[in-house]
Amino acid sequence: MSTTDEATGEVPADGLPPDVAALIGEVQYPEAGGFPVEQGYIWTSCASVENGNPLFWDEAVAAEITDGPIAPPSMLSVWFRPHHWSPGRTEPAVPLQVHFDLKERFGLPEAVMTDNTIVFHEPVRPGDTLRTHQVLRSVSAPKTTKLGTGRFWVIEVEYFNQRDELVGVESYTGFGYRRDS
Amino acid sequence: MNAALTVDRVHVGDTLPTLRYDVTATTVVLGALAARDWRPMHHDHDFAVNRNGTRDIFLNTPNQAAWFERYVTDWTGPYGRLGRMTFRMKGSVFPGDTMHLDAVVEDVSRDDTGCGWVELLVSLTVDGDLKTACTARVALPVSPDDNPWRRRGDQWQP
Repeated sequence: MSTTDEATGEVPADGLPPDVAALIGEVQYPEAGGFPVEQGYIWTSCASVENGNPLFWDEAVAAEITDGPIAPPSMLSVWFRPHHWSPGRTEPAVPLQVHFDLKERFGLPEAVMTDNTIVFHEPVRPGDTLRTHQVLRSVSAPKTTKLGTGRFWVIEVEYFNQRDELVGVESYTGFGYRRDS
Repeated sequence: MNAALTVDRVHVGDTLPTLRYDVTATTVVLGALAARDWRPMHHDHDFAVNRNGTRDIFLNTPNQAAWFERYVTDWTGPYGRLGRMTFRMKGSVFPGDTMHLDAVVEDVSRDDTGCGWVELLVSLTVDGDLKTACTARVALPVSPDDNPWRRRGDQWQP
């Protein structure tokens, strides 16, 4: 167990603050998608990488192979990125809130994602309304890389459709850091 | 439609055709917006350089996933069904870079349900430097009348 230095309120360099340790394994930020999965975004994504897979462009092919149109599996997280602005919101919404919570908690102004695993289950289809939640899996001790000094963390995001079928799981490894001066 | 690529036609050590693509600022910005990623390091040169300490704006992770998916399914055709992708980002991809995607078959197998799987090691390089490594697990038909997309529940083990 970590012990806190009463003078500074900090924990040893290789320990985790209790409030962060308590979050590991907890389901956080259950969220419904802000809009149904839409065909237009599927085409925009395919256009951005020149993906000509007929599953996404030819209704007859999609009907034959996937029982109708589907979204590219790699678009899983797209359906949960909030609008840049919406009425009544005073703070910018951010995706993967646990990542930003950790940046703030540890006072690390910069961050990059280093590893990302996506596991695909039921296909996502236009018109689906998805829901998700985030789970913090681990936080490292402080590390120094060529970018700066900070911590690595692993966050899992689970996605379900309106029938409560699992459609995918994403695992992100982030590195929050402060640039070394 | 051409005959589907079936798993029996794939062997360990096979390589996929190289995809070569000249990255521009439009590539980066279009990719970020297509992924609904509004963060400034993917569209704001000044922010990327002076806040992130990078050379320029750079491709975001979700858009790289889309590039990898496109590359893999260009090879498999529409019957190929991705089960899993793992990326490790080693460096950023900037406007002005020419990215190369290459892949080698690392494993060919059938699982307990009879589903055919191919494991690919895909690399995204710029000037020979590895920028992102991706391991992709993709299901292929085991015969001309098989279709991995029909698998549901415990018959799908990605």
